[in-house]
Amino acid sequence: MGHLLEIRNLESYYGPIMAIRGISLTVEKGQIVTVLGANGAGKSTLLKTISGIMDPEKGQVIFDGEEIQGLEPHVIVKKGIVHVPEGREVFPLLTVNENLSLGAYTRNDKAGIARDREMVFEYFPILAERRNQEAGTLSGGQQQMLAIGRGLMLRPKIMLLDEPSLGLSPLLIQQIFGILERLNKDEGVTMVLVEQNARVALNLADAGYVMEVGRMVMNDTAENLAASEDIQSFYLGIQEDSQRSERRWKRRKTWR
Amino acid sequence: MEFLQLFVSGLANGSVYGLIALGFVLIYKATESVNFAQGDFMMFGAFIALWLTNTEYMGLPFWIAAPMAMAAMGLLGYLLDVTIIRRMFGQSQTAVVILTIALGFVIRFFAGVFWGHEPQTLQSPLAVGDVTIGGVVLGMADVTIIVVTALLTFSLFQFFKHTKLGLAMQAASQNQMAAYYMGIPVKRVQGFIWALSGVVAAVAGILFASKGAIDPNAGMLGIKAFAAAVIGGFGSLPGALVGGLIIGVIEPFAARYLPAGYSQMAPYVLLLLVLVFRPHGLFSQVRTKKV
Ligand SMILES: Nc1ncnc2c1ncn2[C@@H]1O[C@H](COP(=O)(O)OP(=O)(O)OP(=O)(O)O)[C@@H](O)[C@H]1O
Ligand SMILES: [Mg+2]
Repeated sequence: MGHLLEIRNLESYYGPIMAIRGISLTVEKGQIVTVLGANGAGKSTLLKTISGIMDPEKGQVIFDGEEIQGLEPHVIVKKGIVHVPEGREVFPLLTVNENLSLGAYTRNDKAGIARDREMVFEYFPILAERRNQEAGTLSGGQQQMLAIGRGLMLRPKIMLLDEPSLGLSPLLIQQIFGILERLNKDEGVTMVLVEQNARVALNLADAGYVMEVGRMVMNDTAENLAASEDIQSFYLGIQEDSQRSERRWKRRKTWR
Repeated sequence: MEFLQLFVSGLANGSVYGLIALGFVLIYKATESVNFAQGDFMMFGAFIALWLTNTEYMGLPFWIAAPMAMAAMGLLGYLLDVTIIRRMFGQSQTAVVILTIALGFVIRFFAGVFWGHEPQTLQSPLAVGDVTIGGVVLGMADVTIIVVTALLTFSLFQFFKHTKLGLAMQAASQNQMAAYYMGIPVKRVQGFIWALSGVVAAVAGILFASKGAIDPNAGMLGIKAFAAAVIGGFGSLPGALVGGLIIGVIEPFAARYLPAGYSQMAPYVLLLLVLVFRPHGLFSQVRTKKV
């Protein structure tokens, strides 16, 4: 039994700019794998290349034993990969209900769609309450919930989440990550979670990768990553005691 | 009762402007560029219907000819997207606009070659005689145009609201990237939008040619429809229709009550006023994006 998702030496460009430079990554069924990295590291580009929004120049994306790199996005969606994009990207003039219907665009089983809509409403009661409201009038947090709920409407085998914590209050982040955890445990949704908020991401994930300017520089279990000094100082912002703080600047990151 | 007659006649003209404006907005929302050949689509649709119907040409029954003309224009819109517009992907909006202006010239040229430059009238059963409503005599053509436009608008509304394709069209127009993320085949959907705008143009053309004569330059009417779309907010379908109706109604009253010469300016004066005082149009759908 192979991996659910395997990425081998993936390279993607924006024109002449090489945004990801030979990325490899594996995700097992039922796992939550997080990809950490600073602004511009290439995290979103990686997700866009998996979901077919961008075509890679080199490398393979193997999903369920099948090479899918370079296929059209709607073909990839039909295989059960859903991309919840950075910045929500809801359909602003359509209602919550209509947004959810569009999440199920590639499906035809009416009864199943209706059941999943109810499931989304169970996980996100606020969406049920606002089901006839235009998505553009929801708050940022509610839009994020809608974006996740819309993704669930596909009944995805894997969900690619791009910075779901972006711009949300700590309390709301906690709430949404709690829901992601339940979705993973109860519905068995496999996830690739791109985050800058390393603390919440590593707390939720089973395994993690760290990206820097287009490359993978670390890969370990979430536990080990959370315990690693590099991650602590560069992503978790944990301060070392004051007398050593000068030397901190001199220390090289181990992955270089 | 002259007031009512002017009003109804204005509404009828305005319906045609509104339908052309609808085409402008459909394409604008889907592709973010303006199809300046929309007026010429209207003219071409009218000529196809006329060619199929009129006894000096094919002489088919109108009720067969009209749907055929609509289908032909739908196909033309779709093919245009597949063969030309889609290849312009990634080019500037200006390039697409200029392309459509050129396209308008080509369509006018073909219409001139096939059907000549003499004004012709569609032998339409929609336009015979008068109706008397509450003691007011109204042209049958005017009443039919208004009714057909209302029906078409209602069906379009239902289509956008309640069908999967209609919803996908709205989605692709509102957030193209997100539509891709949902697995909507955006390019195919855009092709259908071009087809739909062709069909709507054909209906506008058939209505227009039922009321008066058409010639290959009738598409110039598109300029008024463009003004209508801008007044409506250029992004709102109901706005486009209402913008068309407003311009349509202003015209006959301006012609009746303003000195000759000034009346033709009325729609454009209105356009300027709207642009100055409500730059996003009367029905703008501006939503700020939340972070
Ligand atoms: N549309 C684009 N055109 C050109 N370059 C781009 C484009 N989008 C991203 N890039 C570049 O590609 C690199 C990777 O960008 P990407 O959006 O994948 O980063 P990211 O890790 O998601 O960052 P963030 O955390 O800020 O979202 C960056 O250097 C960025 O400037
Ligand atoms: Mg990003």
